[in-house]
Amino acid sequence: MQFMLLFSRQGKLRLQKWYVPLSDKEKKKITRELVQTVLARKPKMCSFLEWRDLKIVYKRYASLYFCCAIEDQDNELITLEIIHRYVELLDKYFGSVCELDIIFNFEKAYFILDEFLLGGEAQETSKKNVLKAIEQADLLQEVRHMCFLKICRISVLTQ
Amino acid sequence: MSDVVEKTLTALPGLFESQTGAAKITNRLRQLIKSITELTSKHEEENLIKRELSAIKEQVSSPNTTMKQMREIMVRAMYCEMLGYDASFTYIHAIKLAQQGGVLEKRVGYLAVSLFLNEGHELLLLLVNTVLKDLQSTNLIEVCMALTVVAQVFPKDMIPAVLPLVEDKLSHPKEIIRRKAVLALYKFYLIAPNQVQHIHAKFCKALSDKDPGVMASSLHIYLQLIRESPDSYKDLTGSFVTILKQVLGGKLPVDFNYHSVPAPWLQIQLLRILSLLGKEDQSTSELMYEVLDESLRRAEMNHNITYAILYECVKAVYTIHPKAELLEKAARCIGNFVLSPKINLKYLGLKALTYVVQHDAKLALQHQMTIIECLDHSDFTIKRETLELLFRITNAQNVTVIVEKMLDFLCYVPIKTLTFAPDNSWFIQTMNDVFSIGGDLLQQDVPNNFLRLLAEGKPEEDDQLRLYAVESYLTVLKGHTSHLPQCFLQVMSWVLGEYAHLQESVDRREVIRLLTQLLDQRSVSSETRVWILSALTKIPEGQTDLILDLAESLSSSQDTVLRQQAQELRHLSQDSQLREWVLVENSCAVDSSLSFLDGFVSEALAAGAAPYKPPHQRQEELSLNLEPYSFSLPVSLSSCSITDRQSPTLLSVSSGLSGNSAELSTLILEGVKRVWGKDGYLPQKEATAPPVDEPSAAVQPASQQEAAERIEPRPEPSTQNQDKQQLASSLFVGLGVGSSVSLLGKSEAPPPRFRKKPRPHESSSSSGTSKRSSDSSSHSSRNTTDSFLYGSFPEEEPATSISTFDHTPKSTTANGLSQNKDTKEDRHANTSQILGGDMVIVRPSTIQDKHPPSVSSDLTALLPADLKDLPHSDVISLTSDPSLSLSSCRLFRDEALLLVIFISNCTETVIKDVAVQLTCEELKVCTGNVMDCLEARSTSVCHYALLMDDPHTNVSLTGTVSYQTQPGHTNTLPFSGTLSTADFIRPLVVTTEEYGKLWLSLSHDVKQNLKLLTDAGDPLRTTLNALKDALQLHVVDIIGSEGIVACRLLSGAPCLLHCRVNGAALAMWLRSPHPALPDFILYHCQRALAHH
Repeated sequence: MQFMLLFSRQGKLRLQKWYVPLSDKEKKKITRELVQTVLARKPKMCSFLEWRDLKIVYKRYASLYFCCAIEDQDNELITLEIIHRYVELLDKYFGSVCELDIIFNFEKAYFILDEFLLGGEAQETSKKNVLKAIEQADLLQEVRHMCFLKICRISVLTQ
Repeated sequence: MSDVVEKTLTALPGLFESQTGAAKITNRLRQLIKSITELTSKHEEENLIKRELSAIKEQVSSPNTTMKQMREIMVRAMYCEMLGYDASFTYIHAIKLAQQGGVLEKRVGYLAVSLFLNEGHELLLLLVNTVLKDLQSTNLIEVCMALTVVAQVFPKDMIPAVLPLVEDKLSHPKEIIRRKAVLALYKFYLIAPNQVQHIHAKFCKALSDKDPGVMASSLHIYLQLIRESPDSYKDLTGSFVTILKQVLGGKLPVDFNYHSVPAPWLQIQLLRILSLLGKEDQSTSELMYEVLDESLRRAEMNHNITYAILYECVKAVYTIHPKAELLEKAARCIGNFVLSPKINLKYLGLKALTYVVQHDAKLALQHQMTIIECLDHSDFTIKRETLELLFRITNAQNVTVIVEKMLDFLCYVPIKTLTFAPDNSWFIQTMNDVFSIGGDLLQQDVPNNFLRLLAEGKPEEDDQLRLYAVESYLTVLKGHTSHLPQCFLQVMSWVLGEYAHLQESVDRREVIRLLTQLLDQRSVSSETRVWILSALTKIPEGQTDLILDLAESLSSSQDTVLRQQAQELRHLSQDSQLREWVLVENSCAVDSSLSFLDGFVSEALAAGAAPYKPPHQRQEELSLNLEPYSFSLPVSLSSCSITDRQSPTLLSVSSGLSGNSAELSTLILEGVKRVWGKDGYLPQKEATAPPVDEPSAAVQPASQQEAAERIEPRPEPSTQNQDKQQLASSLFVGLGVGSSVSLLGKSEAPPPRFRKKPRPHESSSSSGTSKRSSDSSSHSSRNTTDSFLYGSFPEEEPATSISTFDHTPKSTTANGLSQNKDTKEDRHANTSQILGGDMVIVRPSTIQDKHPPSVSSDLTALLPADLKDLPHSDVISLTSDPSLSLSSCRLFRDEALLLVIFISNCTETVIKDVAVQLTCEELKVCTGNVMDCLEARSTSVCHYALLMDDPHTNVSLTGTVSYQTQPGHTNTLPFSGTLSTADFIRPLVVTTEEYGKLWLSLSHDVKQNLKLLTDAGDPLRTTLNALKDALQLHVVDIIGSEGIVACRLLSGAPCLLHCRVNGAALAMWLRSPHPALPDFILYHCQRALAHH
């Protein structure tokens, strides 16, 4: 995998992970172009698109788009399942995850991603093992703030 | 739901109190995020982030900031970077945090480093010591973090420093450490393969690790290694097969299941490795047949993940040494993919097919209908993959159709890209590719739009683009130019003429030299020469000698236009004052009101001249019949004189004047209700409005209603389907073992209602032969005799006869029911499926039948089954000699004109090596058609699909048949014939609304008064029906005294006709995207009416 982007329906970037070295300028350009292209696609269209010399695999979960870039010989369907597994991991960790969990705890989302994928390859596909690793590191942290943030989201949303 | 919200809200204050202490640390971030969501504009966001960043800057440099605070700051900095703002001043602090913080701080520090810094960033060097320290830590989490960062960003040069430590971790007791170490080594292998060469043995240990996670991670390395040198790892095949068997057998812990499929990622990785190992290696492949079979069998559940595995499995089966049984199963899998209603699976099916057709082209045949559907899919991705697939199945027989499809797609791409080309150089380069590949098959719009884009840009902004274009074209012209398509040459010469001066460094003499070189090439058409000369006129200043030389050499040219231009060039280059006056440096403003003529006009008016009236207004008033003038076209048997003309626009009376819609409405308002408005057709609702006080108004509601009923329904799905099948037959020809016809199944034969009754009284295409043609068509189509036609050419050379084809469609069954409408819809539904190609052979194929050769018998019975029911013309004898006789017949297919040539052997002996060579002067040369032998007294049929891109009044076809009666003794028999534009015209079925929209989008128009047939009760309807019968037009609607009619050229160019009764004449207004098409249609309309 070359990179993974998470962005909202409004085109706001929520997470970016680059597995290939690129300059900041290139990253910004790619992000802008891809967000535009993916958002322009209709819901019934297929989840893959050819873009430059890469394959883009994307999937929308509620208001969030998960978007991965792979090479042509890679398997698109399994990439789609990688996205899904990542969402499952987030869901299990945050407890019915929503976009705001990822906005407020984006560093946690990165930690989970790093336990799941390393250097662009699936590192650990067992859900239990990934979460165990995360929790071990988390244990050292005094308190988890999820509960509070979950309530906060109501106030953010109503504003 | 609202209950839940309410409860949470009431609980909110308490929760706030209990959590405030813990929440403090994320407080700032939360506030930042919250305030950003509240913002309304990008500008406000910029200001807020700016403030935030300066606050962060202050905090990080303060000595009092604790590591805990630093952690929180770093998260905020990451957030700002994600929003796209530069927080590079925090990078060093991220490294510091990783270095000095406790475990929690370290974690954020490492994360920030991996997000902020690229592999090549110099600050990473500062991280090496921290990583070394953490790798040796006793805290497992610290080791994990260090390995994670190493596997993500690590400077290549520093790998040797950490390598021994990472290697040690391969034997760490904790599997998570071993796993991360393996992946770190994989990363090292990717960026510096030679550094990890020595640890292959350790990879092997990782492969046999008892933890499945570690083993799975090692497969990444093996996949890479095997991809590079499969031969070195053949001995591992057994191990991989065993692992896959164990996975399939459910031997792994249940955690590795994903939606109850055991370790799918592992399976896919193994399948990839196996396919690489088994490629072109029978003995290795044999080891894996069993497990692949099991894999195919196991993956039965209806979930994406099983399809992902199946896809990989199918690929493996087709990559390794083939085994029939497995191939069959895999093919069935692909079928399931392709036929799936899920679009993602369909895509993957197409991708699999694309991969597979390289090995087995026949597989594409099974799914041809799906492929045709995908070709027109609204999703670009699917379309593109389908084209990729078509590209793989291209063969000599279907190449033209496939290339057209691709060009069709290609033409679409640049227009789309015009809006968001990433940069100038890419844009020009892409357009260069499009022009050189697409060439003259591109729609005229593409070069036009491109040039307009260049020309209309602002001078400062787009000079960059123009400059790049100039540079790029000069490079192109310095290379080989003989293969470049005319349209590309035209674009290049225009751009060079217009913008070469922008490029200071370019020697103008060089530009002139390059352009002059083009003029010397034989392949350059005279139209392109005119473009080049215009460019040359614009360039030179002070290069008089070169220009004079050129003008001199051209002054003896055969082409009058070139001679004229050369003269102009000479004058301009010699008279610099005239030059300055004529060629203004900066583009001048066009005075479209022609105000500079005001003085002249007022003088003339004062002297008593009549005020100017536009031509159509003059026609209105005087009803001058202009027909004799425009009808005096040189019509003769040999059509060369017509087709040689450069510009057919001479035919029109006022083609240059495109009437605007205001003019139109004033005209219509005189006697008719407004049916067409500025935006096209005004819907029928208006008809119910109170009628205008016109005498004719009272009759109108009825006729309008009637007209509304006449709007023809859209083509039925079944007919569309049939068109798709026809397309399929041309796309997939040559893939199967037998003829493609059989693959289409019996459904190809249309039901009886598509048959068309022959109309005996048709007008014919060319006046010279009209009598003969109509005579011949009044004979039964079954009994056309060649002697009849042949005998009427006594003065011709015996070997060559020229016959003119009558363009009236006929059907094989004379007693077929008259269902014209259906037939036309049927033939039309496939509008512009096939574009381009001046004249293209789609399917030269030969079918031999043992039939007696007598021409008088029904030759059409010999037509292939799929062609039999098409409307066709009479069979006309082309030529004959003692051994062979040739006849031909035209079949009016929806997407092409099929020219069928019957070759009959009149002798009692076998004729060998019969080759038909068909050529066409105006159009491209067609390739030959060879048959091994022609049995005695038998007839063989060969057919050519013809398309006309540029309309010509008549096209003359010539050809030769060569054959051998005795070995070594080749005879040739020449033949010729003509085809008329009318043969290439098909009805265009549109609704009135569509017509209105299309009308407004068309640019070329011609107006002309035609004869109105007044011998019947409803002159307009009678006239239009006469035209429809003669020319295969489609009458869209008749409203009052107006009628709209549509047709198209086979290449896809539509032509719309707007007819209005104007006194005793029919005012005809034609529009088309093609400049010359209206003239030709008008010409044929005139002929049709004149002969009525």
